[in-house]
Order: sequence, then structure tokens, then C-alpha cells
Amino acid sequence: MEATVARTGTEGKTWGGGSKSPLKSSYGKLMMWFFITSDALTFSGFLAAYGFSRFKFLDSWPIADEVFNHFPFLHGVDAPMYYVALMTFILIFSSVTMVLAVDAGHHMKKGKVTIYMFLTVIGGVIFLGSQAWEWKNFIKGTYGAVETSGGQILQFVNTDGERVALKDIAVDLDEDRVSHERKNGLWYTTDEKNLTTYSINEIKEGFKAKNNILVRTLENDENGAKVVLSREKSLVYMNDRAVNVVEGANLTHNEYGPPLFADFFFFITGFHGFHVSIGVLLNIIIFFNVILGTYERRGSYEMVEKVGLYWHFVDLVWVFVFTFFYLV
Amino acid sequence: MAHEATHQDDGSAAKRIWLVFAILSAVTIVEVVLGILKPDFLVKTTFIYMSLLNWIFIVLTLYKAYLITWAFMHMEHESKGLRRAVVWTGVFLISYLLFILLTEGDYVYEVYQNGQMTWDF
Repeated sequence: MEATVARTGTEGKTWGGGSKSPLKSSYGKLMMWFFITSDALTFSGFLAAYGFSRFKFLDSWPIADEVFNHFPFLHGVDAPMYYVALMTFILIFSSVTMVLAVDAGHHMKKGKVTIYMFLTVIGGVIFLGSQAWEWKNFIKGTYGAVETSGGQILQFVNTDGERVALKDIAVDLDEDRVSHERKNGLWYTTDEKNLTTYSINEIKEGFKAKNNILVRTLENDENGAKVVLSREKSLVYMNDRAVNVVEGANLTHNEYGPPLFADFFFFITGFHGFHVSIGVLLNIIIFFNVILGTYERRGSYEMVEKVGLYWHFVDLVWVFVFTFFYLV
Repeated sequence: MAHEATHQDDGSAAKRIWLVFAILSAVTIVEVVLGILKPDFLVKTTFIYMSLLNWIFIVLTLYKAYLITWAFMHMEHESKGLRRAVVWTGVFLISYLLFILLTEGDYVYEVYQNGQMTWDF
């Protein structure tokens, strides 16, 4: 039935929908590339928005070295960025095993593809675990800080310039502290989830008593370090401005700096981590297909290559996140 | 197509992969060392609105991105059309987005500094 088929006059040509493949690439690979392009634009949207906020708070943005300075089993040791660098290596290395799997696939070596796919999955899982640990440290916080009525963060240092934690400042005031809840008639407030470990008064009293502790603001001086106030000025700031205790980070408050800093941290690394977990899932599916011999029967390991493209893209995004979140 | 280049003998493709891995690792190590040391000279020299150090980070990042796309994602073996469809689209749209948002962010910063009595209270 000729009449039911629309003729375009392009049969047999490159874009005619026949056996010729446009751009000399298979359908699946082409679509993966187009997906990657659009996904890259999504990530650039996030990173550009991060850049916007960073420029907006140009001289009061937290210094990444001071925020991300934890390393497993090294408690209290200042290890700026070692851990993120390690995570970067893990991801790059899993990218290498992926491309080795693709290469082995071209030579139809089932055993090698299996091993390399397995290593890639392991790399992805280790990366995800590292990210979870990073998030835990970020959410829990290390030193704690005080928030002013204008939403600025005041941190504490001693006269040597070392950071001081809230627990070393607070005095026990034996207060009767109750969290505000709507059921207690405070209908105009949102429910307070948890009380902070110390009340603002305990911090204020402790601060007054300890002469060697100073307030550090978020503002940068000309060397890019944060401005530390004199003792007199610190007392004024603590008495007149401090209204809240902040421990760790959530979407509305964080002890590191502007709330947007934590928001972008959660959204960008979270969105990337989500991509990694999808990638691990796809890699596991491919891994089992390789073992079952699906691609051996199909006569082509192109599926490994297509998922490989996605996996490399995830690595590519991390390279940018690493630079703009941790280095710049 | 990607197949053609990898149909060389077993060794050379794998060798290139390890070479690219070595370069990527070296670049990352340089970035981390610079990030920790933060040499005074690089931090204080400003070049087009940003410190020289930040420019070095950005250039090294783009270099790493180039290596990953070209060597690991086999972009170097794809046809010219596919390469341009992916790379030019990205580069054009991302530069546009960055230009708009960073200019705007800088403007908002100016407003914060000069447009009101105080924002730090």
C-alpha cells in the first residue's frame, strides 16, 4: 500500500531516516550526546547562579579551605581540600576504568569489560560514600557561630587567630529553655525543630567573661582573610547584634556565611551526586548484561560506550564543581 | 567513527588512556597545591576583574574538560558536525549565561555597598 507511506523525497539521503546515519554516529550515541549537551546547560545554570550570588556577596563569601578541611581519621587536623582532591581522583580513576572497559569492548574481550565495569561501579560507590561523609561534616558543623539580626554570621577566634568552638565559650546559665511550637499558642511562628546546644545568652555571658576571645566577621580584608574585630568592638557586636546561635548548616542558616552558600552547596553537589547514583545504577545494569553475554550475542559493546559517555560527563561536571566550589 | 581509531593494536589506545590519566592527575595536583599555598603574587595580581590565581584555575579546568571530552569521550574520533553541534552550542550558551549573570551579580553587589544605609547589622 504505497498511499499510506508519506514520501519525502529524501529516502537514501543522510537525514532521510534510512540506514544512513547522520553525523556518522549511531542513533543511540547521537541522542546521548544531545542529552549531555542539555544536561551540561542545566549544570551551567546552577554554577552561573552560584557565580551570581558569589559576585553579589563578593567580599563576605566563606573561604572554602576553612569550610572543607576534614579528612577521615584525622580529627582536628586542618586538611584543606585534601579530601575533595581525593574524591576527584577517585572519580577520574573510575572514568579511566570506564574508558578501558569501552576499549576492551571494541576488541570484544568480555572478561576485561567485566573487570573494568566492576571497578567503575566500585569507584562510583566510593565517591558517593565520600560525598555523604562530606555532607555529614558540613551539616554538623565544627565550631558553630552566632547570627545577627541582619542575618550576618559572627564567628569566634582567640587572640592567636585560631577558631574557637561554641562549647569553649558557653557558660552554663541553668535557663529554662522551651522550643517554640504552634501548639503552645505561638501561631505566628514556625515550629522550632531543635534547640541549639547553647542558648544565645549562655554564649553572650561566656563571651563577656573570656577576655581572649574575639569576633570574626564575614568581611574580607585586602589580603582575602576575614576581618577580626578588636575586643571592644567584639563586645559591642555581641551585645547589640547577636540574636541566634547557629550550629552546622541547613537551608536557612549556616555557620559558614550567607545562607545561599549552603543552599548552593546542597543543590549543586546534591544534583551532581544524584547524577552519580543514576550512573552507578546504569553501570550495574550494564555490568550484569556483560556477564550475561547480552552484548556478546548482539555482536557489539556499543551500549557500554553510550553509558560510558554519561559516566564521563558526570566526571566532567565534577571537574567544574571542584574548581568553582572548592578552588576559586 | 570511534571504532576506527581503536582498531589499532591493543596497546596504543590503552597507552593513551593512561597518559591522559597521568596528565589529569598532574593538573589536579597542581590545582590543589596552588589552592593550598595561594601564592601572594598570584592572588594580588588582578587580570580582567579576577585574580590571576582564579584565571589559572579556570584555564586548567577547561584544559581538563577538553582532555576528558576529547580522549575519554572519544570526541576526537567523531565527525566534525557532531563535534560542533555539541561544543559550539555549549560554549555559546554558557558564555552568554555567565556574562549576563556575573554582570548582574556585580551590579547587585554595588547596590549593596552604595545603594543603602547599611546592610551589615
